Amino acid sequence: MSAVVVDGPIGSAPAADVPLLHIEGLDVCLPSGADRSLAVDGASLALSANEILCVVGESGSGKSLTARAVMGLLPGPLVRVTGGAIRLVGEDLVQASAARMRAVRGAEISMVFQEPMTALNPVMRIGAQIDEVIRFHASLSRRARRERARELVADVGLPDPERILSAYPHELSGGQRQRAMIAMALAMEPKVLIADEPTTALDVTTQARILDLIKGLQASHDTGVLFITHDFGVVDDIADRVAVMQHGKVVEIGTTAKVLGAPEHPYTRALIGAVPSLVPRPRRTISSESLLVGRGLVKVYGGGRGLFGRRGSAGTRALDGVDFELHRGETLGVVGESGSGKSTLARAVVRLIEPDAGALHYRGTDLLALDRAGMRAHRAGLQMVFQDPYGSLNPRSRVGRIIADGPVTLGTPRPEAERRARAMLELVGLEARAFERFPHEFSGGQRQRIGIARALALEPEILVADEPVSALDVSVQAQVLELFARIREELGLSMIFITHDLRVAAQVCDRIAVMRLGKVVECGPTAELFERASHEYTRELLAAVPGRSWGMAGDAVASTRDQSRSARHSRPPISNSRQIHGRRS
Amino acid sequence: MRFWTLFARNRSAVFGLAILAAVIALAASASLFFPDDPFRLVGQSMSPPGANGFLLGSDTLGRDVAAGIAHGARVSLLIGLLATTVAVAFGVVLGGIAGYFGGFVDDLVMRVTEMFQTIPSFLFAILLVAILKPSISSIVIAIAVVSWPAVARLVRGEFASMRNREFVQACHVVGMGDARIMLREILPNCLSPIIVTASLMVATAILIESGLAFLGLGDPNVMSWGFQIGAGRTVLRSAWWVCTFPGIAILLTVLAINLVGEGLNDALNPRLRGRT
Repeated sequence: MSAVVVDGPIGSAPAADVPLLHIEGLDVCLPSGADRSLAVDGASLALSANEILCVVGESGSGKSLTARAVMGLLPGPLVRVTGGAIRLVGEDLVQASAARMRAVRGAEISMVFQEPMTALNPVMRIGAQIDEVIRFHASLSRRARRERARELVADVGLPDPERILSAYPHELSGGQRQRAMIAMALAMEPKVLIADEPTTALDVTTQARILDLIKGLQASHDTGVLFITHDFGVVDDIADRVAVMQHGKVVEIGTTAKVLGAPEHPYTRALIGAVPSLVPRPRRTISSESLLVGRGLVKVYGGGRGLFGRRGSAGTRALDGVDFELHRGETLGVVGESGSGKSTLARAVVRLIEPDAGALHYRGTDLLALDRAGMRAHRAGLQMVFQDPYGSLNPRSRVGRIIADGPVTLGTPRPEAERRARAMLELVGLEARAFERFPHEFSGGQRQRIGIARALALEPEILVADEPVSALDVSVQAQVLELFARIREELGLSMIFITHDLRVAAQVCDRIAVMRLGKVVECGPTAELFERASHEYTRELLAAVPGRSWGMAGDAVASTRDQSRSARHSRPPISNSRQIHGRRS
Repeated sequence: MRFWTLFARNRSAVFGLAILAAVIALAASASLFFPDDPFRLVGQSMSPPGANGFLLGSDTLGRDVAAGIAHGARVSLLIGLLATTVAVAFGVVLGGIAGYFGGFVDDLVMRVTEMFQTIPSFLFAILLVAILKPSISSIVIAIAVVSWPAVARLVRGEFASMRNREFVQACHVVGMGDARIMLREILPNCLSPIIVTASLMVATAILIESGLAFLGLGDPNVMSWGFQIGAGRTVLRSAWWVCTFPGIAILLTVLAINLVGEGLNDALNPRLRGRT
């Protein structure tokens, strides 16, 4: 990496006894009427130079608000710091003036956000956005700024810097956008980098590269990184130390090896215990009878025509000749990254979308040849559970009606349908009182249970679940996965389980189909696939799972993990040139 | 109760509601206080307010301005409500179909809607009333015809965004019919913006009606604020009260409805809550 043109030495080391960033007893209040009065409740953290401190917690734990408080970006006036101090090399940022905070933000502390598409200005070129940061904090000539921007873009491993600088955000991929965000954040060589779930919106292979990038840059620039995440796999990959937050409090803080290997606080233990293991469950015996068979499914999006015959583009092949087979009683996992066509496949199976070609054989009929009326006869047999627990229930309908409407539509008398709805609520572990309530009165996990109850009320043979646990916190996710396992056994269900998370797939699926660009690249029993994947892409996916070395959850591997961890942490510093230029996203 | 708390947070909306209630009370009690036909010549022409027993004066022919305002309130509210109802019903059906089905149907309905929107609405209303002969029903039709495109566009947008929501897809998966999905699942979720738009449309309808009556295109058999202003326009300098009081009536009514509409928007639109 070439020398930095900007004024100020890199990471001027603070006095040994003053941490780089010290959060002391931070209180952040919430508006009255929220479920608790303090979003952050006496949180204390210390971040040193050249360290990555991960702050982990579930949604609502206050981890993001802590990060925002440091940046002075709380959504005031109702949410504001009401106590404690945030010291940057001794200076209390809580007391700092607005002008001082503007000088600090971007230059001394900078931030990388979760969603690079919304964090970047869509109508400004990347170069201009990086230039803005430099122009605001340093007096450099136009040429010097351009030179610096080019250097930054090269540093974060983006190919062809000139092209990237003159590109708009929408012209880049998700990973490239996040790299551009990181380049902006590092433009002024900040002492502290705050990364708020920077890889959560990215695909797993991209995530692995971005994590490598952050780690490499952090080491070479002596930056202190405050890394907010909900994913213990990511923590294992990147953190030097971990702070676990619950209900606004820091319940445990320590080195990664200690917190992950021998957690002390019961909450930490519960969280770590809830992370699905990458070691597949023992194989179940499954009948070899084919229940649902898809052949040559094709779906092309786009390429349509308007009223006055405007020509569309050639379109995207979301499904490009997909073959699959679902055996009776089996759970078939479909894994892949975004855009692989796995959700399209799920929707095609329940005929929410019409495939352009192919056949779908179920009970001796080709479902795709049926019209709407003909399809109704098979609707009850094929049901679906959706991803978004907030969007999949009608906010204006009572839970009882949401569940009973399915059977009623297919001809069950309403009293009978309501009786069944109550039974389903019980089956999925909700109180009978839920029947009379509205969806907004429930938590995400409970809503997902309602969604499952709705699907089960029709007594289906096949359940298609589209990322049913991706929107849930890890502890809730574990409970919902358990529910899936239980109903599968009790009702003898066959499932098509769509997921991007290989850990979840390892725990749920009997066989896995790996999809990429609308094609199934590999399909096989879970254990075989995990042990000896034949396709290169499958191996790539498996290698990118965060916390890969951390195969099993719980204590069984704690001791071996400790050893491997200390070995990893004592390795020599990463060679920058390889780390930075050797990666492409 | 909860709705009222949210609504009452907006002070000006409560103020608007009070004015609106007063206007409605005035319209309801018009025959009680002014039992005579408001067109009747009841005394000295051009009497200033307070003189000759006229509370708000009399016009050039000796008609009571106060009686005209009270009876005019009925016409204004009636036409405002009727025209809005027709426009909303039409707009919801067409917009809902366009938004829900999308594709060719959407293109077709929206191009027709745009055709209506390209014609200046007041001129279009004048044209329609002139063709249909002035009467309450023709005025209602004219106002509805120029108002529905806004509703259709709004409803189309709402339906189009709801169509792909997972709870609607879940209804497809159980085999629910389109009409049922549109009416029972999607429509209740779009009611808030429709109510807000409709409340503001009532105000616009009253303005259009007044404008038409001012130009002499009102129903000749019913008293209207616009007609009163039109009749008094030539004597504005010598008898200011003939135009001024009906003008104030229009101003207050339209203002009140707009304030109520704003209040409804704040109360029904959760995204804007806590904005103040």
